[in-house]
Amino acid sequence: MKNIVLVTNNEAVQGKYGDRLHVEYLPNASYVETLEVVRDRIHAGHKLLTHPLSGSVKPNETPYKTVVLTAAPQALDFDGVKIIEESIASAQKFISGRRTPIWTEKVKADFRLVDCTIITTAIQSMDGKYIG
Amino acid sequence: MRLELGKINITDVQPGEVTKVENGTLYVNQQEIIELALKDDRIKDVRVEFARPGESVRIAPVKDVIEPRVKVSGSGAMFPGMINKVKTVGSGRTHALVGANVITCGKIVGFQEGIIDMSGPTAKYTPFSETNNICIVIEPADNLETHDYEQAARLAGLKIGALVGEAGKNVEPDEVVVYETKPIAEQTAQYPNLPKVGYIHMLQSQGLLHDTFYYGVDAKQMVPTFMYPTEIMDGAITSGNCVAPCDKVTTFHHLNNPVIEDLYKRHGKDLNFIGVILTNENVFLADKERSSDMVGKFVEFLGLDGVIITEEGYGNPDTDLMMNCKKATDAGAKVVLITDEFPGRDGKSQSLADAVPEADTLVSCGNGNVIVEFPPMDKIIGTLDYVETMIGGYEGSLREDGSIEAEIQIIIASTIANGYNTLSARMY
Repeated sequence: MKNIVLVTNNEAVQGKYGDRLHVEYLPNASYVETLEVVRDRIHAGHKLLTHPLSGSVKPNETPYKTVVLTAAPQALDFDGVKIIEESIASAQKFISGRRTPIWTEKVKADFRLVDCTIITTAIQSMDGKYIG
Repeated sequence: MRLELGKINITDVQPGEVTKVENGTLYVNQQEIIELALKDDRIKDVRVEFARPGESVRIAPVKDVIEPRVKVSGSGAMFPGMINKVKTVGSGRTHALVGANVITCGKIVGFQEGIIDMSGPTAKYTPFSETNNICIVIEPADNLETHDYEQAARLAGLKIGALVGEAGKNVEPDEVVVYETKPIAEQTAQYPNLPKVGYIHMLQSQGLLHDTFYYGVDAKQMVPTFMYPTEIMDGAITSGNCVAPCDKVTTFHHLNNPVIEDLYKRHGKDLNFIGVILTNENVFLADKERSSDMVGKFVEFLGLDGVIITEEGYGNPDTDLMMNCKKATDAGAKVVLITDEFPGRDGKSQSLADAVPEADTLVSCGNGNVIVEFPPMDKIIGTLDYVETMIGGYEGSLREDGSIEAEIQIIIASTIANGYNTLSARMY
């Protein structure tokens, strides 16, 4: 899977895939800041491969987010632009309603696990398939 | 496919030496349940407690809810592919202990599941405050991985549901309801002048704690398929979803899917209910494209004039909902969506994370962001340790006296996106 890039602020994803895949690890980025990096990449021609609001854990609950894009820029992915813009707007809506709490390390570890597991599921689904 | 569903009304649940139904009371041998659960060495300890309507009881955190059922005749057994061998179900006769439920509770992960109050002002938001509940409080083995514990708790709930359901096998039901859907050519010919209506049932399928199973197959690994509506009533679909209590579709909700129930009520009157298209809600966008293409193909192939679509969850599934809406419309059907909303506490923000122009008819199941007050209860089944980290809870939610202030989304099935609730929104 050399043709994908993972944009993440989740250290569990960096730990699991950092050696094997192309990971843009943003240790200090918030949930929304991570989505903004994804948006910038989509505007630069990377195709969005996974849904930015993966998981039923809402944006003002989990601090962690991982999104997969194509590694190489190509023609602008208009569907991807629409999805990421709506996702950022949705995330900001939740966070402006109530900010993400400062969780204990145990809770944060659980959120990291769920995000990492969901993105692993998506990567497994991509393996060996056309990703465009 | 034709199923007779015998409904045995349960009005009380009591401990007993033998698990049986007598005059509407379900007697339960607690030790038998404990021994069954402890056969799985991933489970360290099990307690069985009862919660009845009107009692000052709070159940938390809740994992799954299972209505006890048993196959009386016809092929297969309850929950095929999960706790019984794979065999097509949905025909013959099934008995259900209506008004009784098995509820699994116990810790899963930090942010946990939701709450059921058996009385007080918040009881009305969950259907399980009105049922006689056998609560299974599960304690996992030390250092058990989250995946393993989730699976162990899920299977324990299904096994106990089936075990308790056996008590209804030889009981004369209070009511027998017959559901029948014929093969497509016969079904179309039976009511040639009525519009052909289908149900697109989207199954949560994103990964750990976001899974649903169809005859034991993880829904994220399947492509859309056709299901006779009665199959679901025998447990063809089981829930593995633990997150977001308000729109959690429990196994109970699959067994008692309100869209299927209501479409059958109008079957042969003002519509011709053709069947169910099952699909998933994957994270990989290409999976969404493939699945929604196939949903559109089924709508066209079945010649559906109208479809109802339900989703499970928020955010990622909204995109599947809209893709299915667009492609079903393009295939020639009129589409009605059913979902809940997260428009913020003032209700002014966008309700869903995605939208298409074709999505012009929607039934709302309520706003999950509304804040409600939970008074203290005399008895807690499970633990309140996780209230502030549950979805809908927040820092300061739980007070010293046991009262809680939280968003309504902390209550199990309060805004469930298939309409098995009482909340809605109306536009005038």
